[in-house]
Amino acid sequence: MNPGEYFFAESHEWIKIEGDLGTIGISDFAQKQLGDVVYIELPEVGAVFGFHQSFGVVESVKAVSDIYSPVAGEVVEVNSGLNDSPELLNEDPQNKGWIMKIKVKDESELQKLMSALDYEKFLESQED
Amino acid sequence: MIREPLIFEISGEGKRGFRLPPLDIPVTINLLNEVPTREKVDGFPQVSETEIVRHFTRLSQTNYCVDIGFYPLGSCTMKYNPKINEKVAAMDSFVRTHPSVPLKFSQGNLEILKTTEELLSEITGMDAFTLQPAAGAQGELVGMLLIRAYLEDLGNPRKIVLIPDSAHGTNPSSAHLSGYTVQEIKSNERGTVDVNDLARMMSEDVAALMITNPNTLGIFEDEIKKIAGIVHSKGGLVYMDGANMNALVGHCRPGDMDVDVIHLNLHKTFSTPHGGGGPGSGPVGIKSILEPYLPVPLIERHGEGLHLNFNPSKKTIGRIRGFYGNFLVIVKALTYILSLGPQGLSEVAEIAVLNANYIRKNLEKDYHLKYDSPTLHECVFSDKFQKEHGVLNIDIAKRLIDFGMHPPTMSFPLIVHGALMVEPTETESKRDLDMFIAAMKTIAIEAKENPEVIKSAPHGSYVRRLDETKAARQPVLKWTPERTD
Amino acid sequence: MSYISLSDNDLKEMLTAIGITSIKELFNSIPADIKLNRDLNVPGPLTEVEVVAYFENLANKNLSLDVLSFLGAGAYSHVIPSVVDYLSQRGEFVSPYTPYQPEISQGTLQTAFEFQTLICQLTGLDIANASLYDGASGAAEAVLMAHRLRRRPKILVARSLHPQYRETIRTYVNNLHLNIIEIGYDESGCIDLEKLKGSMDEETSAVVFQSPNFFGSIEDIQKISEMAHQYSALSTAVIAEPVSLGILEAPGILGADIVTGEAQSFGIPLSFGGPYLGFMSCRKEFIRQFPGRIVGETHDVEGKRGYVLTLSTREQHIRRERATSNICTNQALCALRATMFLETLGQEGFRELAWQNLQKAHYAKGQLSQIKGISLKFNGNIFNEFVCEFPKPWEEIESILLEKKIIIGYGLENEFPELKNCAVICVTETHKKEDIDKLAAVLKEIT
Repeated sequence: MNPGEYFFAESHEWIKIEGDLGTIGISDFAQKQLGDVVYIELPEVGAVFGFHQSFGVVESVKAVSDIYSPVAGEVVEVNSGLNDSPELLNEDPQNKGWIMKIKVKDESELQKLMSALDYEKFLESQED
Repeated sequence: MIREPLIFEISGEGKRGFRLPPLDIPVTINLLNEVPTREKVDGFPQVSETEIVRHFTRLSQTNYCVDIGFYPLGSCTMKYNPKINEKVAAMDSFVRTHPSVPLKFSQGNLEILKTTEELLSEITGMDAFTLQPAAGAQGELVGMLLIRAYLEDLGNPRKIVLIPDSAHGTNPSSAHLSGYTVQEIKSNERGTVDVNDLARMMSEDVAALMITNPNTLGIFEDEIKKIAGIVHSKGGLVYMDGANMNALVGHCRPGDMDVDVIHLNLHKTFSTPHGGGGPGSGPVGIKSILEPYLPVPLIERHGEGLHLNFNPSKKTIGRIRGFYGNFLVIVKALTYILSLGPQGLSEVAEIAVLNANYIRKNLEKDYHLKYDSPTLHECVFSDKFQKEHGVLNIDIAKRLIDFGMHPPTMSFPLIVHGALMVEPTETESKRDLDMFIAAMKTIAIEAKENPEVIKSAPHGSYVRRLDETKAARQPVLKWTPERTD
Repeated sequence: MSYISLSDNDLKEMLTAIGITSIKELFNSIPADIKLNRDLNVPGPLTEVEVVAYFENLANKNLSLDVLSFLGAGAYSHVIPSVVDYLSQRGEFVSPYTPYQPEISQGTLQTAFEFQTLICQLTGLDIANASLYDGASGAAEAVLMAHRLRRRPKILVARSLHPQYRETIRTYVNNLHLNIIEIGYDESGCIDLEKLKGSMDEETSAVVFQSPNFFGSIEDIQKISEMAHQYSALSTAVIAEPVSLGILEAPGILGADIVTGEAQSFGIPLSFGGPYLGFMSCRKEFIRQFPGRIVGETHDVEGKRGYVLTLSTREQHIRRERATSNICTNQALCALRATMFLETLGQEGFRELAWQNLQKAHYAKGQLSQIKGISLKFNGNIFNEFVCEFPKPWEEIESILLEKKIIIGYGLENEFPELKNCAVICVTETHKKEDIDKLAAVLKEIT
């Protein structure tokens, strides 16, 4: 694993690992599927989520999607800027549009996720 | 067209739209000593009667409606609203009865309610009806509460309600509000409930199946008796969403399909106007096993007279709203039923189904139909062919506005991607149907040749495509005096 | 009549186009064993003339219109400007559906936006929805909302809240394991503040009270709200007679967090109980948990101002089982009438309306309380309703007055066994001085 490497879940969230911290957001594919994001229900700092547990909700004008924690951990920071600027999720989903940072509980769970390359292949296989 | 401002923006000190007769008793001052009062309601407008009339007349002209033209909004049954219904419901005696008058002063009203209950029972084959629910969604809630009360009485309310993936959103929402967890049943390749899937999911934890028949694809659930048998064999009940009763009236009855509870939408099948989103009315019909649980009050015949029973049984689910239902809406529905009579009612379903199939036949080469099963009163196309040219269902809908028609229901049911759900109803002329077909065909051609004209539609409406993202990201939900525009 | 628009020839052409010979073939998907092979046993068809005669006959079995009524108790008789009937019956308002296509529904949407604004102005809160079914179900929705916001099991409900509203709350929350605790009233007819204080704790989501309450008494919204806020419970005010807000301070200003109620008083006829008009407003931070349709302002691609249904992700058609409410169709046309009513009366007219109700009810209260044997049950401040206690059995009083063509009020015994021989009497601007004097004279004779 390289520092700063992104891993992706089948439910279209990404996680970037730096030390024992993981930054989490949704993929560019996910934001395109959702359309204009108008609201994000953020988790609370201190909350603990399990592997693939729903930690919040992303809303577009006419859709609501759960977002799932790619790995288990405790929330240490949330991107409260999203409250006023939900458009960051559309404009820069994999950088400024990050949603939360967690203290990763079990790094081995990362093995259940996909690399950027695998995720790209996964998306291709999903097209109908 | 003149752009009509908000009423608050034309308000001016000293203008009045109405005057009360002068007070005819001696004035007493300081009546509200220790109570916080106000001199006026801040922000309330001050306009003249002329301005009021022009304001609302101009606003009305920006609305499209059934009285203007074709309104094929699938699942909503936008049929013509007969004017005699309005005349009857405006009779002084109905409009002016206070709901708490002594019963001998409301016998006529109670007779209307009781007669409607009885006729709806006959039309649906159910044993009894309550007319109280204010709309279909409240009917669903009542229906599910009845089921819960019945099962609870047997010792276990159970935990799960099964709902097909093609159902209206109100179904899972009402089930949830009744304290149940929802499990979704997948539709099969015919677009109907997968009986094997149902049999696998059905257990003694399941309280009920909520099913719409014909379903939201317009397809009749022809295995309904088998489906009901599976649910009943495990002690569950069958709830039918009667939103699509317009396809069946006079031809088959939910009661004969072993359905235990049904709600109707009087503002759909029974022609009462939608009013821009209400008032509706959502009567609930039941089999006799559920009678002890009906909401209060019950209307009962006692010899010659009618009586309101507020304490029929300890088992009642209780009260679900004030008074006795949307009475004037019920008056309109009864007017409609009596105006049509038995043959007229049965003709409603026939022509509604004919019109829908005529449209389907004429458009099935131009628009994709995901399911090829026979359909009744509506059919669900999709934007699959047009999407290849970058044109989505929303674009097609907006383009139809340029042709002077209301668009079909979009993006529902959820199992058809890019859905366009067309329900013409029985009241439309062949000329209107043909105009719609021609418009849809033109749009299909435009999608290939000039998609931009569709994607930028509508072009001629009072407002053009509105920024719904902005509305949701920075909600402005009321007028305030400090704003400037 | 069947309102069918197809000619015989159209029918033939359409069958040919579909490729069938009879409409019956289109119903082949319905199995034979559930087909109804007979006519429905329904009367008719009736022509217009016949159907009018049918209903006139029923109308004659109702109350004759020359009876003098002092009934209120959740349904109020008020003046309705003629423009309200005239304008609200336009087909463009009556016959569209919910404004899902905003480009061709601006009339409905802008009216709803004006309605939301008026409700905010009346209640003193930040946001309002486009309507709910009625006051009773509105109160239930408010309880559900308060519980979603606070997630605590206890709801305190004033006994002086309309009994039908209390019953409806109970039905709605029955399966949610909430603990509904009823708080009694004191000699003013208002919620017993001592008992309220004693029952409020960290487990409380909300206190729900009505003002003016079912007995007509005006509650101390400020005190109630302060008590609630001590435990960060929500102060939920129910307004069943919103004409009172023309003179009483806005509940939101006094500390109420949620205000809901019945707006039948605003241009909607008595109609034997429905359709009526529920409304709700709240503080803006609760918006994600707010039930019902909401209209918002935006602009179109050319920058022109327009209105749309917004924040729809709270609703059932998107959030399904996790929606804030299952409500879909509500009472748009009634909200339109209320908007027309309030805008026609305007700031001056509405103030005058409230003031006349206050004056006339106090005049009647004064006249009746002077009659020997009749006493005022409560000593609280009132708006346009008050409770009298009679020296004879209520049924006797009621029937003697009925013989004189007077419905004196709403008897309380059935729903409040502790209030024997008591009735709520309502006086509005529609009562003339001579009506009130007649009531007093008749009562003087019989008590």
